[in-house]
Amino acid sequence: MAAHRCGLSLVFILIFSSLACHSSCDSLENANEDTEEKQSVSDTPREVNSDGSIAAEDLNERRGRSTDAELDRRDGTRTSEALTPAAAARDEFQEELVIRPLHSGDIYASFQFRTLWDTDFLQEGQKVSHYRLFPKSLGQVLSKFSVRELHISFTQGFWRTMQWGQPFIPSPPGAELWVWFHDTVSDVDGNWKELTNVLSGIFCASLNFIDLTNTVQPSASFKPLGLGNATDHRFLRYATLPREIVCTENLTPWKKLLPCGSKAGLAVLLKSEKLFHSSFHSQAVHIRPVCQDEQCTSKAWELRQTLNVVFDLYTAGQGKKEWSLFKMFSRTLTEACPLATSSKVYVDITDNPEGELFELSPATPLLSQAVVLGDRRTYSVFDLTRAETFGQLRSLNLLLRWKGDGGEMLRPLLHAERYVAGFGLQTGEIHTVIYNNHPYRAFPVLLMDSVPWYLQLYIHTLTVTSKSRDNKPSYIHYQPAKDRHRPHLLEMLIQLPPHSMTEVTVQFERALLKWTEYTPDPNHGFYVGSSVVSALVPSMVAMNTNFTQDQPLFSSFVPVKEESSYFVRVYTEPLLVNLPTPDFSMPYNVICLTCTVVAVGYGSFYNLLTRTFQVDEPSLPLAKRLANLIRRIRGVPLLT
Amino acid sequence: MGLLSDPSRRKVLTGLLTRLNTPICIVCYLAGIVWFMGLAFEPFTLRTYMSENAMGSTMVEERFSSGERALSLAKEFDAHKRKAGGMPVEWLVKAMQSRGLEVFTQSFSRKLPFPDENKERYMVRGTNVYGILRAPRAPRTEALVITAPCSPGNTNNQAVALLLALAQYFRNQIYWAKDIIFLVNEHDLIGTQAWLEGYHHTNITEYISGSLRGRAGSIQAALSLELSSDVITSLDLVLEGLNGQLPNLDLANLFYAFCQKLGVLCTIQGKLQRNDWDTAEGYTHAAQTMMLMVLKQACGRSWGDHGLFLRYHIEAASVRGINSFRHYKTDATTIGRLLEGMVRKLNNLLERLHQSYFFYLLPSLSRFVSIGYYMPAFGLLAVILLLRALDLWVHLGAPALAAVDGVTEAEQPSSPGVLTVLTPVVISHLTGVALYLLPVHLQEMAVEHFPVSETEAVVLTAIAIYTAGLALPHNTQRLLSGEGTEQGWKVLKLTALLYLAVLLGCTALINFSLGFILAVTLVPITASITPALYALVMVLLSPAFTILYCVFIYQELIEAPVSVSEGWMLFLSVISQGILDHALYGSLVYPLLALFIYPCWLMFWNILFWN
Repeated sequence: MAAHRCGLSLVFILIFSSLACHSSCDSLENANEDTEEKQSVSDTPREVNSDGSIAAEDLNERRGRSTDAELDRRDGTRTSEALTPAAAARDEFQEELVIRPLHSGDIYASFQFRTLWDTDFLQEGQKVSHYRLFPKSLGQVLSKFSVRELHISFTQGFWRTMQWGQPFIPSPPGAELWVWFHDTVSDVDGNWKELTNVLSGIFCASLNFIDLTNTVQPSASFKPLGLGNATDHRFLRYATLPREIVCTENLTPWKKLLPCGSKAGLAVLLKSEKLFHSSFHSQAVHIRPVCQDEQCTSKAWELRQTLNVVFDLYTAGQGKKEWSLFKMFSRTLTEACPLATSSKVYVDITDNPEGELFELSPATPLLSQAVVLGDRRTYSVFDLTRAETFGQLRSLNLLLRWKGDGGEMLRPLLHAERYVAGFGLQTGEIHTVIYNNHPYRAFPVLLMDSVPWYLQLYIHTLTVTSKSRDNKPSYIHYQPAKDRHRPHLLEMLIQLPPHSMTEVTVQFERALLKWTEYTPDPNHGFYVGSSVVSALVPSMVAMNTNFTQDQPLFSSFVPVKEESSYFVRVYTEPLLVNLPTPDFSMPYNVICLTCTVVAVGYGSFYNLLTRTFQVDEPSLPLAKRLANLIRRIRGVPLLT
Repeated sequence: MGLLSDPSRRKVLTGLLTRLNTPICIVCYLAGIVWFMGLAFEPFTLRTYMSENAMGSTMVEERFSSGERALSLAKEFDAHKRKAGGMPVEWLVKAMQSRGLEVFTQSFSRKLPFPDENKERYMVRGTNVYGILRAPRAPRTEALVITAPCSPGNTNNQAVALLLALAQYFRNQIYWAKDIIFLVNEHDLIGTQAWLEGYHHTNITEYISGSLRGRAGSIQAALSLELSSDVITSLDLVLEGLNGQLPNLDLANLFYAFCQKLGVLCTIQGKLQRNDWDTAEGYTHAAQTMMLMVLKQACGRSWGDHGLFLRYHIEAASVRGINSFRHYKTDATTIGRLLEGMVRKLNNLLERLHQSYFFYLLPSLSRFVSIGYYMPAFGLLAVILLLRALDLWVHLGAPALAAVDGVTEAEQPSSPGVLTVLTPVVISHLTGVALYLLPVHLQEMAVEHFPVSETEAVVLTAIAIYTAGLALPHNTQRLLSGEGTEQGWKVLKLTALLYLAVLLGCTALINFSLGFILAVTLVPITASITPALYALVMVLLSPAFTILYCVFIYQELIEAPVSVSEGWMLFLSVISQGILDHALYGSLVYPLLALFIYPCWLMFWNILFWN
């Protein structure tokens, strides 16, 4: 991590010096503007290639105008800043929507909202009471529980890597929460417990079901994504709730965190009746400290709210390969959020250089290139801060009309799946299969598995095989479970040979729970969360290690450390495992029968088997006994 | 129990039981049979009812309407099947892909232990094609399976086509909560077995099958569809699975409920329901239906593709379309709707089907006999064995008790007894092991020396070993001790009776029908055996003859009576099928008969030739 830090600062210094050489600008933000311009200039030949109709001067003119507009806006914010305290001077809000037509005919829409909160978070004991754009509810949580970094995601559905490729920000089905606490926190577990309960209230989710039995401390898989060199995983907590169901009641509080709410800007598209009529829905909140500028002289909290949704060709699109904003969201765009410094819609047109695969209307002359997930992608950009984007109708309704026919499966470079093998209710075997589809490069992956205690793993049966040969992991971190206290945690660093399938198997025994420990629907089965595969995948093109703000939001979430590879996290399916379940349908009968059998059957047999029998004297007739009674009183010898 | 702990009363009780032993046994036997036959009488049975809440109250609406398209698809499929000379894998893959499914194939091969003459196959090679409909916003943890076997010849095209039509219709719906797997399997049960083993990554029966790429979590329920004509008159529900396992009764209830709703004639065991339970014909009809179920369940084989799913705790049933040229017709759209309704209700399930019964007999689709009602019939038969054992125990113990100086005297006669009992036990079981192992392993030798085919060789070897087993104990007995004592055979009989009681009890717990049928034939002869009994009676009530009788009764019940020679041929094929079922799918009836029931019977046979 320290190395990463060094690398980052080195990169910053380099960038800064290059910028200083290039232009003499008064502020760093202007410098950014410049680099953006530079990039679009470098893009110009390509634009002309792809779309000859666009005149270069027109482009230039537009660009000039946009810069003016943004300068005006900046002036406006400056004047308002003059009235506010200096600490909140550089709060910023950006919004962005990326639309990626998928190979399968489905369509992927990814929203990102980024709020920067310029406050010195590292000072201990400082009370922050001024919130401008940053949601107060989260800000208070951060300071109260000394959170350094917080990542929470709610996902309904499973990301189909084989059909859709990699998502911008992956998330497992259900809810996932991972938090880095400040290293000054003494009672991490206590903070964690309270934090989950508070978040549960904020997001209307069952996060309060996170307790020590499903919390782990991964040693390597989850590193801080923001500033800071925390590597002591004692301050990290990770938990998933694979059964969590995400619906409108989680969406509403999520939308409330946005500065414009769902009143203006891109957020007007977030209507639940359409968002939940989809194949995949995932919403997340990521909070981390970041550098405010290249030199990292000032730091800020970054809040990224992301929402990813995939609309299905058949159910949402009625089988017609024709998508529009209105069809997807039943709304069109009319304005940007007035508080946003940038508000853009990107449409991925990489696979469509000549327009033979689909047709995009209205056409936009603005193109942008970004290196995302190891691939250089081209995007059409619609800038909502400009009036001409909305055209005559004052509304933007993007229309994508497919011409081609897709449908084959993709072969993503890294792909993982998981299943339970075997039958019966006693034992089983968890198989995790990881595919490396790179034709000639081997790369290591970190596999993390967190298995509840009621699946008792036999760790001696752990095998890792690639190409039918034993593949010894170079690093294994295993923390056995404690019944009813803590789950299993298994982390491994595995080298994946090129073009191979690696299978990790481990056998388990199903525990018999106490009868109060069963859920209300025990015959449904018990969930085991997704395993996490984190890897640095070899990139096809040079990655952009320039971690500054001039990139689109979707390509700048995970810091890139080196040019030759990019970071990918793949989640496998959660598992549904049946445990031996008593028949709860008639507990009364069962209890009565069992007790009767034990009492009558066992008791009397035990009695019969252990007692020794002796023939006793036959008892005397009643008359004789009476006579004896009288004789005893009289003191005469008794009769027999 | 108080009775037993009082020695004098105990004496009275045992005295009573030994004195009246034979009458009690006869009464028990008759009562058992009568009880069993009474199960089919309607007033004694319960109406079926839906226990599962998730399937009961939530009504679904059926809107499937492309039955006609399915029929034209069936013709197309047929043409491609003919062209490919088997399963048209590529066409199926394309057809499924164009309907928006994730399609995968699995190839498998299996060399049968000996050629299967019924289905004419030996080296089986095939491909399963399956498409997964991914449920929107579901995390791939649960799945339902609909399967249609791709059979050779002209059969079952309609089932595959209807499957594809349903897939297309289902793909456009948003309400799925579980992934749906559409499986077209080749070589019927062998394909299903290969697929299931691939899916669960198990290898029980030595299949060589490719690994599966696409999975969809734990399978909750499965339906197998068999249709061979465009128009059908009735739908038959098949429930009997491997080793006599049955799916949860709610699955049958679901089928019945939708047949009622859509007005489709539905049958079980190919028999329609009758309403005249109070007439003799009505009762015989119900009894025949139930007897058919008992016979099918007892033979422990899977009567449809669904049967193999049950091992994996997946509730499954086969729906078979029958065209019996009645005037009442049902078209493909209605069948599609029926399946749609069933799948939608299964999709609504929150838990696995578990609310209703797993052990039941069905005298008709709307009536059932639960385990609590039918077990006494078996209990009455099994208690005979215990009563006889008690009787023998008392008789054996009586002289010992009479001896005044107790323990040493009592030990004396039984010490040679240990060897006299142990020898026949060991020899009978070795014969059983030979019967289990040799037929398959010796087939090559048999084919070399005799002019028979492999299948015949296996069956005839089995019969030969069975017959040889009859001679074996007879000879060894004479060789070992010359003359057997009266005490000796009684000890042997006592052991054998208890052994049989345990065997039958365990069998009946798992597969009631098998246990009951064996009890009906074995109990009278084993209870009454003495060295003076006729050998012929004993042979006529041996396990092999039980199978033979079952073959004839079964043919009688399905209204296809056979002559003696045809029956004999059927008997031979039943034996070969039993051995094949064991090797291919892991059916346990053949090993049970060969390794336990037959040796146990041999022990009784031994008593016959005691002197």
